[in-house]
Amino acid sequence: MPVISYREALRAAMREELKRDENVVIMGEEVAQFNGAYKVTEGLLKEFGPKRIVDTPISEAGFIGLGIGASMLGIRPVMELMFWSFSYVAFDQIVNNAGNIRYMSGGLIHCPIVIRGPANGGTNVGATHSHTPEAILASHPGIKVVCPATPYDAKGLLKAAIRDNDPVYVMENTILYNDKGEVPDEDYIVPIGVADIKREGSDLTIVAHGRAVITSLKAAEILEKEHGVSVEVVDLRSIRPLDEETILASVRKTHRALLVEENKPFCGVDAQVAYLIQARAFDDLDAPIGRVSSIDAPQIYCKRMEDLQLPHPARVVEAALKVLA
Amino acid sequence: MDGKLTTVAKSTAFTHPESLKRPAGPSEFAQHPVNAALTSAEKIALYTKMVRIRHFEQRCIRTYQQGKIGGFLHLYVGQEAVAAGTISLLGKNDHVITGYRDHGHGLMVGMSMNECMAELTGKITGCSQGKGGSMHYFAPDKNYWGGHGIVGGQAPLGTGLAYAVKYRGLKGSCLAYMGDGAVNQGAVHEAYNLAALWDLPVIFVIENNGYSMGTSQERSSAHPGCLAKRAEGYGMDWDIINGHDVYEVRAKTSEALKRAHEKSKPTVLEIFTYRYFGHSMADPDKTYRDKEEIKTYRETKDPVFLFEKELLLAKVLTKELVESINQSAMEEADAAAVFADESPDPTVADITKHIYWEEDNRGPQTTSRGTIIFE
Repeated sequence: MPVISYREALRAAMREELKRDENVVIMGEEVAQFNGAYKVTEGLLKEFGPKRIVDTPISEAGFIGLGIGASMLGIRPVMELMFWSFSYVAFDQIVNNAGNIRYMSGGLIHCPIVIRGPANGGTNVGATHSHTPEAILASHPGIKVVCPATPYDAKGLLKAAIRDNDPVYVMENTILYNDKGEVPDEDYIVPIGVADIKREGSDLTIVAHGRAVITSLKAAEILEKEHGVSVEVVDLRSIRPLDEETILASVRKTHRALLVEENKPFCGVDAQVAYLIQARAFDDLDAPIGRVSSIDAPQIYCKRMEDLQLPHPARVVEAALKVLA
Repeated sequence: MDGKLTTVAKSTAFTHPESLKRPAGPSEFAQHPVNAALTSAEKIALYTKMVRIRHFEQRCIRTYQQGKIGGFLHLYVGQEAVAAGTISLLGKNDHVITGYRDHGHGLMVGMSMNECMAELTGKITGCSQGKGGSMHYFAPDKNYWGGHGIVGGQAPLGTGLAYAVKYRGLKGSCLAYMGDGAVNQGAVHEAYNLAALWDLPVIFVIENNGYSMGTSQERSSAHPGCLAKRAEGYGMDWDIINGHDVYEVRAKTSEALKRAHEKSKPTVLEIFTYRYFGHSMADPDKTYRDKEEIKTYRETKDPVFLFEKELLLAKVLTKELVESINQSAMEEADAAAVFADESPDPTVADITKHIYWEEDNRGPQTTSRGTIIFE
């Protein structure tokens, strides 16, 4: 199987969907002539031309709203946000319009739009460019949110998102863009709402999403080598819909749970996951649920401190040992 | 203190359409080709639609006062010629989207009074099954895309509808309406820029009724003579229209439609109009304008009466016909109120329907799994 990067996997998803459906349009700042601020869309303009690959002005509320309007008439726009942090200037469009229009019209309208781009800290760019809005957006019924952690999932989830008839927000991670992995050449999708066991284990379940999955896998290796602990890592892949059954099945097997995410702790994704586990697997738990998230402050600029602000393997190991104590 | 540091708005005089500066008389646009082409039956139909909007809205007041309509109710009384004139020109690839004062547009595109009234009272028979309310009427089968509650938020959507029309290579347009209060929202300016930059067949229609809620235009908008003229900043064509004369609305809108259909170019139209009731039914309408102003508009510029007078003079209408049109519109509105009364509420189970297409259409074609509605 070919080994390609997370970035190339995203590009392959878009290329395949552009070929499959003439209603698919790629739109965003610098996606065409510039070849993408992070080179995710590199080469697409040359291959598909300016009608399908469209550079927009820096005008998120305008072009995201335009994409939503076009999607109501059956266009399938894949909108790139240079950073999900920039979604905040388009929040009314992203939440009120895309998220509510099906409901408010009593099901008469649907909105098959994809908005994708990086949503992560850890890149030494300060608080305004380091937001992780998956929990904020997933808290709105009407919206779907996915967070791929690997090249395979990046391609499969983005293709599923483009074919989905609801608004799907794909949150990527610039730090993962160069990560490589096996990705089939052929057409496949990763169904939205299905978690993946990225590592099997028996003593502790770590639930994570996005880059926190990679961090947790590194921690799991340390835990096994240095502490003889067998860790299962559940990658949520999708935040809403949420694969509750896979989380619960794993916790019922290991009896201990540690939740890891790059969000800030208050009302993060894992607040919901923790509620789920205590509500439905309370009797299976041998210890209180543990949690690792970013240190609760706006993202610090200083790179050395930012690396410590985010979950990192040593912090995950430490928290795991507490849950295992 | 330096006067420049205070926030008292300066008043900029508006440039009004020429026809609005004179006492209202027979329309000077009656012979414009789009109006001259109308048969007597079509003129009567246009008048009837305006009358229906008025009586529907007036019936809404009663239903509201009976406590059957919750939330906000923004009435269109006084503004009928705007929706009637513009929408009467549209063809099958022309689309409509507006803000929250959306009843007139809904009736004009052909929504029934029943579904409109039932939506106001939150019934399952409403156009949005009681999920949208007054501000969120939708009829996509009639190219009507709402009904939007956030001021100016619909402008990018309308631009996107026009983009889709152009993408498909169709000769069509989108009329994106907004109030005069929306023109200061960033989303509107972003939509202007994209529309002009990409030559999209969108017509931004500013329904200038003089007040954004309780704040007059003089106190809210800096402008170079009128709000439409801001279009020049984006290299767009614009026009100002007397919204009390349905013939003028049709004549000038038809030019913008031609520009959209033939050149795929956007236009900003500012239509001067007036609302007789408060911003919404929650507005006691006592603080920001005087009663004399409302009275003057009602007596001298009423769009329905002016058109009626015009058609009576032209012997298209008779007194008897006017009476019977009004009578049936009132009866239709009364019947709609009864229909709404007798319709059932949505059920608790309905609360969680129509959130996701994939949930409402579960089958082999749906790709998502997992829990999507949470307890």
